[in-house]
Amino acid sequence: MLKLLELFITFFIIGLFTIGGGYAMIPMINDTVIEKGWLTLEELYNFIAIAESSPGPFAVNTATLVGFSQFPDAPILGAVITTAGVVLPSFIIILLIAKYIHHFLDKKIVRWSLDGIKATVVGLIIAVFISMVITNIFGGAIGLENIDLYAIIITVIIFTISLVFKKKVGPIPLIILSGILGFVFYYLL
Amino acid sequence: MKVLSKLFWTFFRIGLFTFGGGLAMIPLVQNEVVDKKKWLTDDEMNDIIAIAEATPGVIAVNTATFVGYKMGKFWGSLIATIGVVLPSLIVICIIAYFFHDFLEIPVVAAVFKGIRIGVAVLIFNAAFKMFKKIDKTIVNYIIIIIALGLSLFTNINSILIIILGAVIGIISQVILTREKEDTDA
Repeated sequence: MLKLLELFITFFIIGLFTIGGGYAMIPMINDTVIEKGWLTLEELYNFIAIAESSPGPFAVNTATLVGFSQFPDAPILGAVITTAGVVLPSFIIILLIAKYIHHFLDKKIVRWSLDGIKATVVGLIIAVFISMVITNIFGGAIGLENIDLYAIIITVIIFTISLVFKKKVGPIPLIILSGILGFVFYYLL
Repeated sequence: MKVLSKLFWTFFRIGLFTFGGGLAMIPLVQNEVVDKKKWLTDDEMNDIIAIAEATPGVIAVNTATFVGYKMGKFWGSLIATIGVVLPSLIVICIIAYFFHDFLEIPVVAAVFKGIRIGVAVLIFNAAFKMFKKIDKTIVNYIIIIIALGLSLFTNINSILIIILGAVIGIISQVILTREKEDTDA
């Protein structure tokens, strides 16, 4: 019961600060759900891949996946709680805007703080990217003996393809391709 | 009553057929809500996009709440929002139900090991997309570097860093506006 409430509040706060796109929630999930030991990094990365390649908004999908995984006895309840939590802040805010604050965006202070938040989120997500690449390549501990050469190769290939083709390759083809590379390097070789 | 069920099914469809979220889903939402149902004008749709960019949450969800409120007040907004979220909830629960056992299969485990590496690139692309949308000012570069540094080298919670970013955003603009007024005067 307590954990349900804790999850709800956690995702409510995450929902409140998810500004500038669904990926803005990843650093916050890192700091809450991972920090509390509810989820491993590996599980989170699996979830990101599933959330991207399933129908529905990324943020909602990610919240649902985390909620589902937390209550083996009542997974659907967990999923409903985290999904409600992540959606509720924007529901309340839009309702308030629709009802009272028609000129919400005209307020200078709103615009200024949003500009600051959007730049912050860019920095936070780059930080996630850096720590992710380090985890992928070195596993737990940084050291020459831990280097996963295949991980470096896969990172370079996917990165190059996404840079060369830019907008033309969506996230789903990239996920499929990295899955194929995973199959080749970690299963066949 | 009829309005409520129409709201529900329209947004259920939007939830079911959008992938990824964000700006990618705008054409679909626009087609359903503006072109077909005429629930919103083009201007209102543009307002919603601007509001969605500036408030927490997902564009599809924000649109659902806004349109729902316009068409059916509180209950309309609730029904439309539930409608847009429900497909995700159902589909994801089904996937999650099978996923755990699925990962036990060695081939699948290898595939997902590759996918987890690819996800890093997705995250980089997300950061790059957001970077392209912000103004390239010195203040913004400083904020990005502060956020990156605090996140990598300290244990400060991201939410606190986000609040700090908002504060820096406000203070820097107040100072810049005042300087501009001084030079103008």
